Amino acid sequence: MTKTPGFGQAVRQSLTMAYRGLLKVRHTPEQLFDVTLQPILFTLMFAYVFGGAISGDVRSYLPVIIPGILVQTVITASIVTGVQLREDMDKGVFDRFRSLPIARMAPLAGALLADMIRYAIATVLTFAIGYVMGYRPDAGLGYVALAGVVVMACAWCISWIFAFFGVVARTASTVQGVSVIILLPLTILSNAFVPVQTMPGWLQKFVNVNPVSHLVSAVRELVNEGTFGWHLAVSLIGAAAIAAVFAPLAVRAYMRRA
Amino acid sequence: MAHRHPLPVPDAQWAIEARGLQKFFGGHPAVNGVDLKVRSGTIYSVLGPNGAGKTTTIRMLATLLKPDAGTAKIFGFDTVRQPHLVRQLISVTGQYATVDESLTAWENLIIFARLLGLSRAEARRRAAELLERFGLTEAARRPLKQFSGGMRRRLDLAASLIVETPLLFLDEPTTGLDPRTRAMMWEFIRNSVRKGTTVLLTTQYLDEADQLADRIAVIDRGRVVAEGTADELKTSVGTSSLQLKVRDEIDMAQARQTVEQVLGVRSHVTPEAGRITAPMAGADQLADLLVALRNQGIALAEISVRKPTLDEVFMAITGRPTEEEREKVVS
Repeated sequence: MTKTPGFGQAVRQSLTMAYRGLLKVRHTPEQLFDVTLQPILFTLMFAYVFGGAISGDVRSYLPVIIPGILVQTVITASIVTGVQLREDMDKGVFDRFRSLPIARMAPLAGALLADMIRYAIATVLTFAIGYVMGYRPDAGLGYVALAGVVVMACAWCISWIFAFFGVVARTASTVQGVSVIILLPLTILSNAFVPVQTMPGWLQKFVNVNPVSHLVSAVRELVNEGTFGWHLAVSLIGAAAIAAVFAPLAVRAYMRRA
Repeated sequence: MAHRHPLPVPDAQWAIEARGLQKFFGGHPAVNGVDLKVRSGTIYSVLGPNGAGKTTTIRMLATLLKPDAGTAKIFGFDTVRQPHLVRQLISVTGQYATVDESLTAWENLIIFARLLGLSRAEARRRAAELLERFGLTEAARRPLKQFSGGMRRRLDLAASLIVETPLLFLDEPTTGLDPRTRAMMWEFIRNSVRKGTTVLLTTQYLDEADQLADRIAVIDRGRVVAEGTADELKTSVGTSSLQLKVRDEIDMAQARQTVEQVLGVRSHVTPEAGRITAPMAGADQLADLLVALRNQGIALAEISVRKPTLDEVFMAITGRPTEEEREKVVS
């Protein structure tokens, strides 16, 4: 008999909940469409449609579009965290979790941890399809891996926003709807697909402050030049700030319901 | 018990002590001042129709819902202030606290066991043991979607028993079960209590409460309307119960009036057969009644006197037939 679960227990319970997330993916692999088919399709479509117009040919567009697709896919994948959390919380099994003597935030932490696998799949696939199409990042494999980790870390921080929506929203489709409305403009109105210089001045102002643009630039610098600087700093600080605000909000809202 | 959480043996006399529990949903009281006292090591049944507040009460007792007013103690621990302690003493099986649909039976048990602090090897051993005990070994790796209602319920129960807790909440454990699984469930409940577990069971089947429970609380519209042993409840509506059917429907009203006058009690008409039922202080009142009916020229189709059933108890207390009775009317 203990009064509260210890920290070690909380970590172990969160890992068990993450393991549960992975088992679910194994039983319903179609859950992974958004991080498997989507990056492949988008890369192919964007590269062959816009490549010639934007960079002269497909191959020279790849260093621009691959980081763009990577950021867009992984960030979009973080929405699913919230949607699935909502679906999960509506199921009977969540009541059983809540009746067990486990750390209150283990189910939440576990869900977010399991999603790291989704981000990893999206990251590897996006670079792989790029490689198949002839993309050879100048900075080498080490920087590619580093960029992948940066994007995943940022997505994890951002997923707290959607986890929060997931906890407070009434239905899973609400979470999906609201999240897409927020993220779609952010990913499209960025430098992910098209050079900023081609846009009207007023739009450039927005695109340049858009955090997605910073993250895309940070990835490009890392994989194409092997450098990091301002954009990476802004991305990481911004992501950390999002997590600092939304993680406590999500946990508090979750605890209130739990 | 070889598990990391050994069965704690709280020496508290009362497994559950609830006072004035209230819960409102959208301004409507779902539970409106429920008091419950359940002695350790007994089976206690909360009986009531759908929507009476049974599930809401259990959810509050099991720390799943915070009461708007009132307090509840589980083996002396407060459900709101010491929820983590309470959760180590309880297991919940119900229509809501279920298993994970997207996983197999085996995976479900492993996950719950790991969450409860069992090592990987212990978890595997315990899962295998429980699947065997509940006859699910064959189906262990099949998706839960293919499970029948009975199999699902057995898995639910198995999941509640990974660590054997001193208090077990069973919310309508037999609703919708085939007779075989129901018998198994009853046997299981009796066995658990023999081993010292306290069971709080909700049911809408009076028969079930009658068969299993040491004490029964009848709950209706969020309140406990009667409490006691099955026999006490039956006695409270008279030691005997009169059943009477008139030959001609036209005589119904007059017959009822006569019954009420002679016996000095209120009568009820069972909806399915147009039978008049009334509590009787003693069987010897019957002679007076028969004479009175004869004098008024009311012909009887049948008449009997027997010990009251819980159905009649429920109707006498709430003024309404039970869910079961109403279903009979429809069918």
